[in-house]
Amino acid sequence: MSSVSELPVIARQVRRDILRMVHAVNSGHPGGSLGCADYLTSLYFEYMKHDPNNFTGHGKGQDVFVMSNGHISPVFYSVLARSGYFEISELSTFRKINTRLQGHPTTHEGLPGVRVATGSLGQGMSVATGFALEKKLDNDPSTVWVLTGDGELQEGQVWEAVMFAAHNKVDNMIVAVDFNQQQIDGSTGEVMGITELKSKFLAFGWEVLEMDGNNYDSIHEVVPQAQAKLGGGKPIIIIMKTEMGQGVDFMMGTHAWHGKAPNDEQLAEALRQLPETPYGDY
Amino acid sequence: MKSFEVTGKKDTRSGFGAGLLELGKNNADVVAMCADLTGSLTMHHFEKEFPNRFFQAGIAEANMMGVAAGMALAGKIPFTGTFANFSTGRVYDQIRQSIAYSGANVKICASHAGLTLGEDGATHQILEDIGLMKMLPGMTVINPCDYNQTKQATIAIAEHKGPVYLRFGRPKWPVFIPEDAQFEIGKALMLSPGTDVSIFATGHMVWKAIEAGIELEKMGISAEVINIHTIKPLDEKAIIESVSKTGCAVSAEEHQMNGGLGDSIAQVLGKNLPSPLEMVAVKDSFGESGTPDELLVKYGLDTPNIIEAAKKAIARKSN
Repeated sequence: MSSVSELPVIARQVRRDILRMVHAVNSGHPGGSLGCADYLTSLYFEYMKHDPNNFTGHGKGQDVFVMSNGHISPVFYSVLARSGYFEISELSTFRKINTRLQGHPTTHEGLPGVRVATGSLGQGMSVATGFALEKKLDNDPSTVWVLTGDGELQEGQVWEAVMFAAHNKVDNMIVAVDFNQQQIDGSTGEVMGITELKSKFLAFGWEVLEMDGNNYDSIHEVVPQAQAKLGGGKPIIIIMKTEMGQGVDFMMGTHAWHGKAPNDEQLAEALRQLPETPYGDY
Repeated sequence: MKSFEVTGKKDTRSGFGAGLLELGKNNADVVAMCADLTGSLTMHHFEKEFPNRFFQAGIAEANMMGVAAGMALAGKIPFTGTFANFSTGRVYDQIRQSIAYSGANVKICASHAGLTLGEDGATHQILEDIGLMKMLPGMTVINPCDYNQTKQATIAIAEHKGPVYLRFGRPKWPVFIPEDAQFEIGKALMLSPGTDVSIFATGHMVWKAIEAGIELEKMGISAEVINIHTIKPLDEKAIIESVSKTGCAVSAEEHQMNGGLGDSIAQVLGKNLPSPLEMVAVKDSFGESGTPDELLVKYGLDTPNIIEAAKKAIARKSN
């Protein structure tokens, strides 16, 4: 869709969207959204095989993306709009009454690009596995992409899904875990350690890759490696290190911006650090 | 009272298994998942015939509901199978978000519902499942009364677009619904017309209601017995029509009084036609171990309880 060199520019515009969306309604989750902007931009503008103009809920014949950590809806909505699923101007309705851009993503209001409701954590990997199994039954060679938070891995259902996917050789699915090591109450280490992620997934029989989700060289090296492992009999996970709040210096290195909107001055400073792009604000 | 030909005794779960097998043959989109209870749900027939469309979930019901949601959203018609307790209470949020709110076309099929699973006791005897499921927007809730009706309902729900909760049980129970009967979701089934009291029953309690109707007739009381197999959407018209004629009602179900069929009927009557209503249901209590018959007697869900309720409802009519 765009040349690879454009991705950081698009992602910068996505970051501006995120900040302006949460600021406008003084609510929402900027921290994780900023951290995942580079990866989601890369997926939607480079790696996923999808047709924003012909969106179908079932996703037959297209790659399917499931965002399990639904609270980072701002980055999801911005990337969907910027890649053509709906008008960019609709981003201004985020979290407002009668909007299709609900606080957490849902199919309920018919927003193109969303295929399942998420927000209550730990459910997306199971749903994505269902999509992946259906594609196998239908001999559909498309890929199912999943994004999950790292704090979310504390949910037991995730490990049910991890076991199930390996047992059933769900090898048409690439999961990325947003490994920013932050959650609402503090760092994951303080709240509930999720140590040795790589060993855990290896022990469950998955293919495990590691990536810096805020570094395009790393993304362009590791995502193709993950794609090369498709069809190999194992589900694939990328442990994607990111920085919560990436791109705005005072939002980085802390969990404080997990679910807090910037005030007027903070927004102005954040936008100063992320200059407007040729794509333009909504 | 009309007389009913009982063709034998069979468990309703086997009706589900037979219906699922038939669906497998006739509808390529039907897939099935089970959480380590394939034999108990009689899903082994489907598994054997259609191994590629059967998915063993293991003892992991939350994931089963999520995977089923994904397959449904992707275009298949998944039937999940486990006990009623593990089909509802254990996985309520998965059903709420991934299935109901997401509009996923999943058929949640639940066996061993109510007290009549017997000896396993209260941990497995969920009496709250109808209430849990009927509260979810867009969820259809069905509790058929015998083997044939369960088979017919299983086949019918595949044609219905949207999530369904299908509830059935373990004990062998009289089979009296004709093999070739038509099952219409949301349509109350008139079993025997009467004039003095309307008895609305669901699930295993339908047969108890028929027995009560026969006894009441001997006492000179004409009971109208209606099978409410679909608790949601409820056939409000049939309920109002019947009570307009009889002036009072009894509900009978193998479920808590709170949140069950009687509760739904009370809503209909309260809004449209305030009338005496007696509810035969479990009264804010857990179950326990015992045989199905012992349990129905101890918890007030037996034929004499329906008879007493009918007399009480009639006595409460203003005259």
